[in-house]
Amino acid sequence: MFNYSLKRICLALVTLWVIITLTFLLMHSIPGNPFAQEGSMPKAVYDNLQSYYNLDKPLLTQYGLYLQSLLQLDFGPSLKSSSISVNDYIKNGFPISLHLGAQAMVIAITFGLIFGVIASLNRNKWPDYVAMVLAIIGISVPNFILATILINYLAVEWQLFPVATWKSWSHTVLPSIALAMMPMAYIARLMRSSMLEVLSQDYILTAKSKGLSRYSVIFKHAIRNAMLPIVTVLGILIANLVTGSFIIESIFGIPGMGEMFVKGIFNRDYPVILGSTIFYSAILIFLILIVDLAYTWIDPRIKVPGGRK
Amino acid sequence: MNKKPKLTKDMFLPVDNDFKEAEKIARPSLSYWADVWIRLRENRLAMIGLITIIVLIIMAIIGPYLNGYTFYEQDFTKKNLRPNAEHWFGTDSSGRDLFTRAWYGARISLFIGFMAAFIDFVIGVFYGGISGIRGGKTDNIMMRIAEVLYAIPFLLMVILIMIVLERGLWSIIIAMSITGWIQMARLVRGQVLQLKENEFVQAATAMGASTSWILRKHMIPNTMGPILVNITLSVPTAIFVEATLSFLGLGIPAPQASWGTMASDALGSILIGNFYQLMIPAALISLTMFAFNVFGDGLRDALDPKLRK
Repeated sequence: MFNYSLKRICLALVTLWVIITLTFLLMHSIPGNPFAQEGSMPKAVYDNLQSYYNLDKPLLTQYGLYLQSLLQLDFGPSLKSSSISVNDYIKNGFPISLHLGAQAMVIAITFGLIFGVIASLNRNKWPDYVAMVLAIIGISVPNFILATILINYLAVEWQLFPVATWKSWSHTVLPSIALAMMPMAYIARLMRSSMLEVLSQDYILTAKSKGLSRYSVIFKHAIRNAMLPIVTVLGILIANLVTGSFIIESIFGIPGMGEMFVKGIFNRDYPVILGSTIFYSAILIFLILIVDLAYTWIDPRIKVPGGRK
Repeated sequence: MNKKPKLTKDMFLPVDNDFKEAEKIARPSLSYWADVWIRLRENRLAMIGLITIIVLIIMAIIGPYLNGYTFYEQDFTKKNLRPNAEHWFGTDSSGRDLFTRAWYGARISLFIGFMAAFIDFVIGVFYGGISGIRGGKTDNIMMRIAEVLYAIPFLLMVILIMIVLERGLWSIIIAMSITGWIQMARLVRGQVLQLKENEFVQAATAMGASTSWILRKHMIPNTMGPILVNITLSVPTAIFVEATLSFLGLGIPAPQASWGTMASDALGSILIGNFYQLMIPAALISLTMFAFNVFGDGLRDALDPKLRK
C-alpha cells in the first residue's frame, strides 16, 4: 500500500510538471506580441513592460524563472492589469468556485444515488423509466443550454430565484443545479446498473433467506456495496464539475475562478490562463489521487499492485 | 414391492430414426455480427437512436439545399423573424435563415464528431495495439506516457491548444485528438493483452505471421465490439466539446456555423425575447447526444456476452 501510494504520488508530480511545461510552451508559442492590442507606445514603456514580464530574456531563462516562482506558489502578475497578480485572482475566485462546486457535488451525489436506487428497485416499471429518461436528458443537454433554460423560466418568467450574480444563498441555487445535472445523471445511471448487479449476488440472497427485512437488505447490504463503483468515477465527475464551472460561472456572472479563466481567454491574458490551468490541474490531480487511494482503502478486495496480500 | 414391467420383444427393436436428422442444423448459422444485430434490433431505445442518427446525417447532407437560402446570406430587413412559411425556423439577429444554418451546422458538428472519433480510433488502435503486442518494457514506457497525458484535464488542454491555433474546423479536430486518443489506446491495449494469450494468436505466431498481420487479422476484428462502442460514445463528446468551445469564443469562425456557435450566438438574442433561437441548436445538440448515447448503450448491451441467451 505504501509503495503503491508513493508511486502514485510520483506519477502525479510528473504529470503536473508535464502540464506546467506544456502550457508554458504553448503560451509562449503564440505568434505576435501580447501588447500589440495596446496600440502604439513609447519604446521605453514597451521595453519596461517586456522586462517586467521577463519577455526580453531567452525562453529557457523565462521557463526557469517561472518554475522558480511556481515553487514559491507565485503565479506572477496579470498582463491586463499589472496591479493585480494571478494569485489575487485565485485568492478571490477560488473560495466561490469551491462553494459552488461542493454544493453541486452534494446535489449530484444525493439525487443521483436516490434516482439510481429507486430505478433499480423498480426495474422496468415506470419509476425506472422516469429516472432513466431524466438521466439521459441530463447527459444530453449541454450545461450552458440548461443554465439558460433555468434562467429563462425559473428566474425571468416565474421569478423564483435571482437571475445572476453571487450574493445570497438563493443566488447559488440555479447555478448549482445547472452544474449538478450532468454528474447527477451519470451517477444515477451507474448506481442503477451497480445496484442491479449487487442485487443478483448470492450474499443478497443469503441476507433475504436469513429473514432480514427488505429495508436492511437494501440499505445495509445492497446500497453500501453498490456505491463502490461510484467512488471510482468521482475523479472524472470532479473534472467535469471544474470544466462545467467555466461556463456556468460566466453565464451566471459569478466572480469565481471559472469566470476569471474565461475572461483570461477572451482577453488573451496569458499569465492568467497559464496560472489557472496549472492551478486547476494541480487540484484535479490531487483530488483524483485522493479518490484512487481512498478507493483501495474503502474496498479491501481491490488488489494493489505490489501491495501486501 | 416393485412391479416388474412386462418386457416384450418389440421393445428391443432398433429405432429406425435417422440420427443424422437429429444432428441437422435447422436454423441458419449466425455470424457474430448478425447475432449482435438481432439483439440490437430488439432494443427499442437503441433503434430509435440509430434511426435518429441516420435521419440527422441525411438532413445534414440535403438540409441546407431545401429552401433556397444560404447559411451566410444576410438580410437585415428580416432580422429575428419567428418561424414562418418562408423561413421555416425563422431568422437570426443578422437575418440569416435558421433552417439552412441548422442543417449546415449539423454538417459541421457531425463532421467534427465523426472525424475526432475516427482520428482517436486510428491513433488509439496503433498505439494501444503496439503497446499491447510488444509488451514488456515498450508497453511499460508507452503506458506511462499515456497515463501522464491522460491525467491532463481534457477540456483544459483543448482550450489551450485552441488559443494557440488559428480558429477553424481542423484546429478543433486536432485539438480534440491530441489527448482524445488515449482512452481508445488504453481500451485496445487491454483487449490485446487478453487476446494475446489465446491459442489462435499463438498458432498464428507459430506459423510465422508478422506482428502487423496478427494485429490486422486477429486482434482488431476481435476487439471491434468495444472499439465501436467507444467510437459511438466519443462522437457526442466531441460535439459537446465543440459546443463548449464555441461558447468560449474559440469555435468555428463566422459566417460558418456549427450548433455550438448557433447556440452561443442565440444567447445574445434571449434578452430581446427570442428564446426559440436558442431552442433550435439546443434541441439538435441534445437530440444528437441522446441518439448517440442510447445507441452506444444498446450496442454495448448487444455485444456483452454476459447478456447472451
